[in-house]
Amino acid sequence: MLVYVLGFLGAVLLGTLAIVFFAVLAGKGKGTGQKSVIPPSAGSPLPTPSSAPTRYTFKSIIFSAVDSLLVPLLAVLTAILLGGIVIAVVGGDPFAAYKGLIQGAFGSAKALSETGVWATPYIFAGLAVAVAFKGGLFNIGAEGQLALGAVVAALIGYALPGWLGFDLPAIIHIPLAIGLGALMGALWAAIPGFLKAYTGGHEVINTIMMNYIALNITSFLMNGPMKDPSPTNVIARTPAIAESARIAPLFEGFRVHWGFILALLVAVLIWLLLQKTTFGFEIRMVGSNPDAAKYAGINVKRTIVLTMALSGLLAGLAGAIEVTALNYRHELGFSMGYGFDAIAIALLGKTNPFGVVIAAILFGAMRNGATRMQFLTMIPVDVISIIQALILLFVAADAIIRYIYRIKARGERVTLTRGWGG
Amino acid sequence: MNWKRFGFIALIIVILFGAVVLVGSVRQEPILIIASMLASTITVATPLTLGALSGIYCERSGVVNIGIEGMMLTAAFFGWLGSIYMNSIFGFDKMPSLIIGVLVAILSSVLMALLHAILSITYKVDQIIGGTVINILALGVTGFLNRQLFFEKGSIFGGNVPHAPGTLPIVHIPAQEAVSAICGWTGNSENCQLVAKAVGQVFDQQPITIAAILLVIVTHFVLFKTRWGLRTRSVGEHPRAADTVGINVIFMRYANVLIGGVMAGLGGAYFTLESVPSFEPGMTNGRGFISLAAMIFGNWTPFGAWAASLVFGAAQALQINMQLYRESIPAQWAFLQSSYVVGMVPYILTMLILTGIIGKTISPAADGQPYEK
Amino acid sequence: MPEKTIILEAKDITKQFPGVLANDHVDFNLRHGEIHALLGENGAGKTTLMNVLYGLYKPDSGQVSVNGQPIVIHSPKDSIQAGIGMVHQHFMLIPVFSVAENIMLGDETLRYGFVLDQKSVVKRVRELSKQYSLDVDPEAITGELPVGIQQRVEIVKALYRNARILILDEPTAVLTPQEADDLFVIMRELTSRGVSIVFITHKLKEVLAIADRITVMRGGQVVGTVKPKETNEAKLAAMMVGREVILTVEKESANPAGEILKVDALKVRDFRGQEIVHGVSFEIRAGEVLGIAGVQGNGQTELVEALTGLRSVVGGRMWFSGKDMTGKSPRPVTETGMAHIPEDRQRHGLVLSFPVADNLVLNTYYRSPFGIWGVMIPQAIDANARKLIEDFDVRTPSPYVPVKKLSGGNQQKVIVARELSHNVKLIIANQPTRGLDVGSIEYIHKEIIIMRDRGVAVLLVSAELDEIMALSDRIAVMYRGQIVTTVEAATATREQLGLWMAGAHPEQ
Repeated sequence: MLVYVLGFLGAVLLGTLAIVFFAVLAGKGKGTGQKSVIPPSAGSPLPTPSSAPTRYTFKSIIFSAVDSLLVPLLAVLTAILLGGIVIAVVGGDPFAAYKGLIQGAFGSAKALSETGVWATPYIFAGLAVAVAFKGGLFNIGAEGQLALGAVVAALIGYALPGWLGFDLPAIIHIPLAIGLGALMGALWAAIPGFLKAYTGGHEVINTIMMNYIALNITSFLMNGPMKDPSPTNVIARTPAIAESARIAPLFEGFRVHWGFILALLVAVLIWLLLQKTTFGFEIRMVGSNPDAAKYAGINVKRTIVLTMALSGLLAGLAGAIEVTALNYRHELGFSMGYGFDAIAIALLGKTNPFGVVIAAILFGAMRNGATRMQFLTMIPVDVISIIQALILLFVAADAIIRYIYRIKARGERVTLTRGWGG
Repeated sequence: MNWKRFGFIALIIVILFGAVVLVGSVRQEPILIIASMLASTITVATPLTLGALSGIYCERSGVVNIGIEGMMLTAAFFGWLGSIYMNSIFGFDKMPSLIIGVLVAILSSVLMALLHAILSITYKVDQIIGGTVINILALGVTGFLNRQLFFEKGSIFGGNVPHAPGTLPIVHIPAQEAVSAICGWTGNSENCQLVAKAVGQVFDQQPITIAAILLVIVTHFVLFKTRWGLRTRSVGEHPRAADTVGINVIFMRYANVLIGGVMAGLGGAYFTLESVPSFEPGMTNGRGFISLAAMIFGNWTPFGAWAASLVFGAAQALQINMQLYRESIPAQWAFLQSSYVVGMVPYILTMLILTGIIGKTISPAADGQPYEK
Repeated sequence: MPEKTIILEAKDITKQFPGVLANDHVDFNLRHGEIHALLGENGAGKTTLMNVLYGLYKPDSGQVSVNGQPIVIHSPKDSIQAGIGMVHQHFMLIPVFSVAENIMLGDETLRYGFVLDQKSVVKRVRELSKQYSLDVDPEAITGELPVGIQQRVEIVKALYRNARILILDEPTAVLTPQEADDLFVIMRELTSRGVSIVFITHKLKEVLAIADRITVMRGGQVVGTVKPKETNEAKLAAMMVGREVILTVEKESANPAGEILKVDALKVRDFRGQEIVHGVSFEIRAGEVLGIAGVQGNGQTELVEALTGLRSVVGGRMWFSGKDMTGKSPRPVTETGMAHIPEDRQRHGLVLSFPVADNLVLNTYYRSPFGIWGVMIPQAIDANARKLIEDFDVRTPSPYVPVKKLSGGNQQKVIVARELSHNVKLIIANQPTRGLDVGSIEYIHKEIIIMRDRGVAVLLVSAELDEIMALSDRIAVMYRGQIVTTVEAATATREQLGLWMAGAHPEQ
């Protein structure tokens, strides 16, 4: 069984690498002699029909897939290259470091399992930020929503049987812990959504403020009411959750758990929601043009609140899964950094749910491999943060990547956020 | 700045000060408590004021900058690093090391501002995303270098943190002496000397704090009385109109974002060269974002932003001063003993202010919009 | 009379934008002290040519000379140096600045080398204002002034920079007929003092009234230059469009039936929270067009937004199709049978990044057959798109290109197609033809009359008096948030409507 899974994952990895290779080749080929000659059409304001897709052929799908993957892939490669330079500058051996990184991320069944462990919260949190982006909202607060989701899941996990006075079956206890944790995230995110919709308070600042408030709340709880009372405990953490609230690992002896499968499933659901339902249409319309959405009869304010709630739900889910499937308790500070990583993942995945999954696995692999890299080469894991910031930089400013690799711009610039006025 | 807003600021400050006086009056003279609150309010408002000024320069020229947090963090780290290098490796004295540290802080922040300018002005990247890039990059770079340089290789614990040269000394303004002298002429009562002591406490501030207050005045003058200010505001309101009268919109925006970098750099230097002589990852703790709220609340004016910064400063001063009188908090208010509970006040206050219930403000018309010819 | 000297000359100007040749070997000249009108449709290349002259665009080829000297214009600074001033269609004024600040911007008077010298600028503006009898207060806040005065500020701004050549880009678009007449007096005053004027417009009556020479442009090329005495409206229109144009809309007289919309003492606030519509009452019957004439900014936008549910109502009531619809949101209003062709089509009417097909179901997506149980049905959306594209002759390469890739006329057709495709009892059309080419204008006018003849009520809001007069059966004139009067279109005259639009009282 395990062999098949590993074989499958290896094949996926090889396939990805192949796409990278061909994408680079295609990019180089397309880039030469790019001067964009437009025939003078005597003042005709009509669009040139050649630029528009008329029918989806297999070739055009492959072509557009390669094209939309090209910039993110080159962004990642360029960032890794620059990260190598940083490592060399501080006196490390970039080749050894990256070798350690890849070993740590993919080198063994255990490494693959750990990459999946890392990727799971990244998928949820990345989806959270991506959904908000689709609705024209910038959720920098995934970290706080995740933390509070985890707190509630932990509370339900360790305290509920005691409150009820009897043990719950796993089939009720697990969904309850996860569901209420996700709900907490949704409520926490709905607050800045509400403030945005009804008072105009900008969600960027408000979600950040909510992060700090969440940090204070969890610190208060972990050091006080919810602190693990066992006499040996000196750190700020909750007691361990009951056995009945724990999600099982996928394979015996590995830490990767069913949460990973759930994350993949949720990604598909989010894609369906955004693309195939009227609610998704409403979210996208409010995100693209809120004035037109209002004109079209959509309750824009309600949609903003619901979009933020959905975003927070996903972030809360990330936290709840971490507690119920991995740590079996909430330990203060475990959520640090997820918020910003999620933004990078959402942008690298171009706010597409499937893109988010790929980006999340990549980020998970880097975080996971970094530990082995640090162990082997003494390069601090923080170098990954730099690489991730660079990836985000190149994805956001794709003009830089297009300039370096001489790739012609296709498609239109998408407005993701708006200024203080909106 | 209308009266409603000033009233609100006054009200918040009275409430915050009143809370500390109520709790602390058992153990300390109220006037000295107020003086101590006032002094720490002005002090902790410093990075907020400078961050808000940074935001004003950027946004008045039409560039939204949510990267101020990251710029301050970068400055805090490199300024600290610079002072350490000067002091322990090149053997400079304390003062020259610190001054060079401040300059290094400003330089590093200006470099980050340059990156933001390139992204948002030249590459027309969504400016909020651009600012987020700055924030993440700052966290990564400072976290990485901090660990790489100051901790035993490969180990998270047990490092060899070098000795920092300390913090900038207090600039003594002889306010206490002045009031004391007046007391001497008017009968030299005990109460009067107490006032003198209190005044002295408020006026004893460190150089970056004093610079921040001076820069508020300078910025007001630059923005509203000079050619530079007129042109800056014009590119932030209606860049095309500015272009049609021959103003170089791109240059004005670059220049103002870099000036904003100087302000944020000084604000960052406050953390490691004036407040405490050490660096912690992520030590700016959202001050950059709060300063943006102060800028918005202050309607993009220097004095307004300063007043708003003082409100946030007071909220933080509450936390500091509450700790001093922790034991005097009555039992039914026990939760106030937790610094986590009191620590939330500035953040909640920020959100409250952004709701606009104390009056809406209007941003520069072209704020956040890249200029396309 | 001998021909005066040529002061400004553009030779062989070519300027290309992606996909569009905006200026194709254009020649143009301006003589000392004359008013030279540049006439053409939207997109004919007039504004491009002027932006080349003013230095905002760099031409791909060609030469500009002033007073016979070839000059190279890199930026507006160079053209200001050469004595060229421009009054843009959308004013280049900063609303929050004072008039003096706006005028000095870029050419500031300083003390000590960096401090603004407001006083001397104020004094200079007063002098200029007096000299040319322009009546501009330098200390007023620009944004608070009426548009007519803002336009004068723009003129003073040019004169402050010693402009001897003035380019006016569509200056009458925002003015009442009376304000336009005032502007013409000012233009004559300026030319008598040696200023030469290029007057850009698409309004035939105006060029015949004021211009010394008329150059007509079409499709990026100069069609010809004529004198007003040698031509007439029909000839100019034919030159502009390239074919014979019927200037009037053909229609039978209306057959109004029952009342569809009744509005009683409606009060609405603007975005600042100030009341801008002060108790408007009117009614529309099935099968008639009610035109609302008025200068922009007299509350028409807010009135339409209130009627369509986009803006809340402060006072008064409205009944639509027999039901009280006061303060209802857009969805129930649309479902009752109101179609809305919004004033700002890109802001309200379309989601530019969405494909044409999605834009065609923008307000019906949730209803069967497009949305069933919250799920979108792509087949139904596709069939709808193909049918409407065919029926309304929308020129698009595919239903799945983003609507922003279409021309303005075709974008407007997408909106019209969507709005008229569902069961409609009332059409509210706000500036339905603004900025469109003549072909699209004719098409939309025809559609409106067809719908009227089918028994649909139409509320037409337009700042173009000609459009109002051509389409309406009854005309209501709106001034400062009130309907001054309502008249039968057959008996209305331009002059009388113009006076009412400017605030004259009907009884006087």
